[in-house]
Amino acid sequence: MESEQQRSAASVRAVEIGVAVVIFLFGALVVFDSYRLGAKWGGDGPQAGYFPFYVGLLICASGATILVRALRNPAFAAQSFVTRDELKKILTVLVPTVVYVSVIAYLGFYVASTIYIAYFMWHLGKYPWIKIAPVSIGVSVAFFLIFEIWFSVPLPKGPLEAALGLN
Amino acid sequence: MEEINALMQGFAVALSPLNLLLMFVGVVLGIIIGVLPGLGGANGVAILLPLTFSMAQQPGGTTSAIILLSCIYWGALFGGAITSILFNIPGEPWSVATTFDGHPLAQKGRAGSALTAAFTSSFIGALIAVIMITFLSPVVAGFALQFGPPEFFAVYLLTFCAFVGMSGGNAAKTVASMMIGFALAAVGLDSVTGTLRLTFGFTSLLKGFDFLIAVIGLFGIGEILETLEEGLAFKGASAKINMKVVLETWKELPRYWATSLRSAAVGCFMGIVPGGATPASFMSYGLARRLSKDGNDFGSGVVEGVVAPETAAHAAGTSALLPMITLGVPGSPTAAVLLGGLLIWGLQPGPLLFVEKPDFVWGLIASMYLGNIAGLIVVLTCVPLFAAILRIPFSIIAPVIIVICAIGAYTVHNSMFDVYLMVVFGVIGYAFKKLGYPLAPMVLALVLGDRAEENFRNAIKGSQGDMLVFFSNGLVGGLTTLALLLLFWPLIRAGWRLVLGRGWRP
Repeated sequence: MESEQQRSAASVRAVEIGVAVVIFLFGALVVFDSYRLGAKWGGDGPQAGYFPFYVGLLICASGATILVRALRNPAFAAQSFVTRDELKKILTVLVPTVVYVSVIAYLGFYVASTIYIAYFMWHLGKYPWIKIAPVSIGVSVAFFLIFEIWFSVPLPKGPLEAALGLN
Repeated sequence: MEEINALMQGFAVALSPLNLLLMFVGVVLGIIIGVLPGLGGANGVAILLPLTFSMAQQPGGTTSAIILLSCIYWGALFGGAITSILFNIPGEPWSVATTFDGHPLAQKGRAGSALTAAFTSSFIGALIAVIMITFLSPVVAGFALQFGPPEFFAVYLLTFCAFVGMSGGNAAKTVASMMIGFALAAVGLDSVTGTLRLTFGFTSLLKGFDFLIAVIGLFGIGEILETLEEGLAFKGASAKINMKVVLETWKELPRYWATSLRSAAVGCFMGIVPGGATPASFMSYGLARRLSKDGNDFGSGVVEGVVAPETAAHAAGTSALLPMITLGVPGSPTAAVLLGGLLIWGLQPGPLLFVEKPDFVWGLIASMYLGNIAGLIVVLTCVPLFAAILRIPFSIIAPVIIVICAIGAYTVHNSMFDVYLMVVFGVIGYAFKKLGYPLAPMVLALVLGDRAEENFRNAIKGSQGDMLVFFSNGLVGGLTTLALLLLFWPLIRAGWRLVLGRGWRP
């Protein structure tokens, strides 16, 4: 008996088919737009869509091949692409990462990064705050020194930097 | 002995105090990058590339910049061996074969010998490859000076066909990955006709997709997600290395000279072909096992089993730069990133580089010799320090690496959109890796897409649309034929088996 954690969240077959369909649709999009731009021989040379048109056709062809193979291979259905446990682990990283990159524009790189590292240490590492605070703040201060001062590469800054007059 | 003279001038450039310092900084950074999960040669160089923009503006700065970045590459190659041997985690695909005997050796308490053997053979492999580059690259570049657009397109075709033909059973996935790369490269303003392609009205797509973002996402974020699945803890053997162990191992190594030479030859040859480092390391491991008199002990922890793949992988990784500097065709994803760097700094990679920028080319080649010596010294003396990096808990190192990737993605164009794209590429990279889609063809197609298309257009413009231009003379015809042979290589081989009466087995 498989435990609940070990249960597959998606079979290789399902993901393989899904990705192949997306690839095929992407290829169709490329073909469509290239055709719109003109994929023929112009007056003095190939039109803008000439090269991408054939690239798109090859994407469609390879997507279709992968799709047919996945449909015809029964072994794929039994294989697990990702178990529930693995999917959970991945989402615990991916979701905070998406949140992190979307708040950078509002909080600035350094504040967002501090919170992000602190969240990871708290949620995944179960560290006490006495350890989280120095590590997360220290890393961000180090990055600030390296990028803003040493390499003079400015990164987006938010209200905290404005309040501290570090812009 | 024109090459020797040119090389000596190169040494004069590379031996300036600033360049020597950059060499050591590059090697140390490279080893750290090679040891850390989620960072490897390709995305490590991609993240640090924006930091060289201002450096490259100064006189002689491009040479310093390429020395820094190429030394990161050497360092990453060395670093891959540390994780393979001590932690049984191959940092790069071409370090997989090193784990076969390297990790058992470490478990037997001979980690020091395994590491010394790995580093020394890496160094020897790289040295042989650099010697080959020194003498062969002027010849190849001179030859390539006669190339016109049809020949250059044929070289690109050869590169991409080699990927498909050598990809094993996954030709459709290789083609898909590669063509997606080409399509993404075409997005944005078409420089020839001035029309917008594949932007669908989104202004953020006007500039197109930058391959640096793709590299950081695919290899960085994608790899972190993959590492997560395998569990968060790294269990490693301890890394004690002292002079006595080093000297003892060095005394043992000359016995394997035949394996070393054979592996270096395999590596040099395969490295010129794109994506060659990984097959080269497996091939020379297999050859060594078959030809060695201790062949049966392979896999249980023999030094020769570390020597073979490491020599080949490092030789291949180094010789991947030969087509990059002479033809402008990178042999590996990291070489592709370096090539992208040259383009950003305003240099045109290709045969003319040898004529127009001899200081740059020979400075780079000289730095390959010196960088590998610096690498060997650094790894032999500081292994325990680097191994300690992997003992930093994953819950601290993972977010720090993602933050570094985000900063790297942002600094390429100072654009937040690129950071969002990086996350998207990360998810694509994770799915593609798990489904067995190769990522290297996509990166190479993204880098070379515009140049391949430009040469294709110029070639058929010259011939008024006649495709036979790719067979119009012996040179271009030979290249195109070779490309087609490589493309259909699995079918040709299967057909040959059929002719010999061994049955159809493609």
